[in-house]
Amino acid sequence: MEDSKKLEQFEAKIASGQKIEPKDWMPEAYRKQLIRMMSQHAHSEIVGMLPEGNWITRAPSLRRKAILLAKVQDEAGHGLYLYSATETLGVDRKDLLEQLHTGKAKYSSIFNYPTLTWADIGAIGWLVDGAAIMNQTALARGSYGPYARAMVRICKEESFHNRQGYEIMMQLAQGTPEQKEMAQDALNRWWWPAIMMLGPGDDQSPNSEQLMRWKVKMESNDAIRQRFIDRTVPQAEFIGLKIPDKDLKFNEATGHYEHGPINWDEFFEVIKGNGPCNAKRLKDRIEADKKGRWVREAALAYAAKREKEKVVA
Amino acid sequence: MTLQQAKFEYLLRLGDSSLIIGHRLSEWCGHGPILEEDIALINIALDFVGNATSILAYAAQVEGKERTEDDLAYMRNERDYRNLLLTEQPNGDYATTIARQFLYDVYTFFLYEELKKSKDDTIAAIATKSHKEITYHLRHTTEWMYRLGDGTEESHQRLQNALNDLWMFTGDLFDMDEVDALLIKEGIAPDLEKIKEAWEKHVKEVIIEATLQMPATTIKQTGSREGRHTEHLGYLIAEMQYIPRSYPNTKW
Repeated sequence: MEDSKKLEQFEAKIASGQKIEPKDWMPEAYRKQLIRMMSQHAHSEIVGMLPEGNWITRAPSLRRKAILLAKVQDEAGHGLYLYSATETLGVDRKDLLEQLHTGKAKYSSIFNYPTLTWADIGAIGWLVDGAAIMNQTALARGSYGPYARAMVRICKEESFHNRQGYEIMMQLAQGTPEQKEMAQDALNRWWWPAIMMLGPGDDQSPNSEQLMRWKVKMESNDAIRQRFIDRTVPQAEFIGLKIPDKDLKFNEATGHYEHGPINWDEFFEVIKGNGPCNAKRLKDRIEADKKGRWVREAALAYAAKREKEKVVA
Repeated sequence: MTLQQAKFEYLLRLGDSSLIIGHRLSEWCGHGPILEEDIALINIALDFVGNATSILAYAAQVEGKERTEDDLAYMRNERDYRNLLLTEQPNGDYATTIARQFLYDVYTFFLYEELKKSKDDTIAAIATKSHKEITYHLRHTTEWMYRLGDGTEESHQRLQNALNDLWMFTGDLFDMDEVDALLIKEGIAPDLEKIKEAWEKHVKEVIIEATLQMPATTIKQTGSREGRHTEHLGYLIAEMQYIPRSYPNTKW
């Protein structure tokens, strides 16, 4: 069958709401874009373990420690799930990790900010996972079967993460003056990065009509950002914290919050690798990979020996 | 010593060991040799934190001084901690972590199997739940003992070194005092001499199967029963306790 005919059928299938599965024909641009998005998402999950892992040994109660462990375990599980889903597009996890380590592949800009106090663990769950959910619930309606199904599952766990983060913030906001200050400080530092992690504004990132038609991208960055802000501002007010945006106001006519100007220079600097923790995050990942090499080699050598025994027997 | 005091002391030994080894495993988070192991280690750490929470909550109840499991975890000093010396040893390389975990998993496998039959219902219930988890932990570490022992020359040597270095802390596992004597008499805790036999046999079998040598050292360190630890514990506790210590009487 000619490619133009295949393309026509591919697009018709998507338009009718059916999913594309790994063995189906797909245009090369579709495959490439998905590999880029899905691996970036997988990398974000495992790099995201680092800022949160930073507080596991210092979690302030046994309950908080258990919740944080469970949450970070979820992130690792998401990473594994997403790498496997990406592999259905004909790439190897090993190669994807190589791209992460050489800086060729990106991960979410947000994880290049440091977790300085316990309140940052609350802020990450509330804001970062909150923003991620906005994006991922949209992606769950995407056209690529393995990715869409992964999103459904991941979103369920993310909403638990989001709630535990908000619960930490609520506890702090209702606590001692020192705790409240800690919570406000975390909100001040994480608000703008969380707003930015949803990607450049629509004027700077024109949505490819094709990616929308192929249901690779489901909504514009600004639309997702607006939903996140509309949902989060009342949550901050409810626990008595102040969003660090002096221009923020509610527009009665539109029913939406309007926010002040976003410092996109900062965003692009972080994306380029110049954020506060880019170097450290990457170094940690590369070191873990390097230190683990002899372990992986041993596992392979052991498996090969057992395989040989089987043949002999 | 009253039975209540003995029980409290014994529960601290169990709970503290879980808490401290869980803490050590959680230090691997995000730095494991492969993603699957990151998941496994966090999962096992989580089991230990869960077990420590149940046991310390019961310890607090037995003590009857209106302390909570968090008070016991976060407000006791080094000398009051009763975890086994083995559990506080640093992670080192992956072979050290696996060797430490293996030696401890075999121990808890046989210990908790006996505790399931404890005449104290709460201990028996906690042990029954935990033993299922321990069975899984032991399977995981045993598989890694084989992989590393019979993997490459490097992994073999690293694991052998780790076993040799950690061996001196294994005597502490079976140290008994009047706490044990009292609880054995009441049918609450098992005789560690019997656990020791089963432990030695099983450990030796796996070590040989993994093409390794039994460590030759006869030096044995003890002291955890009286809260005499190695230098490592102080740092671990300082890190773990810093928030509740910095902000007393605060809820998190």
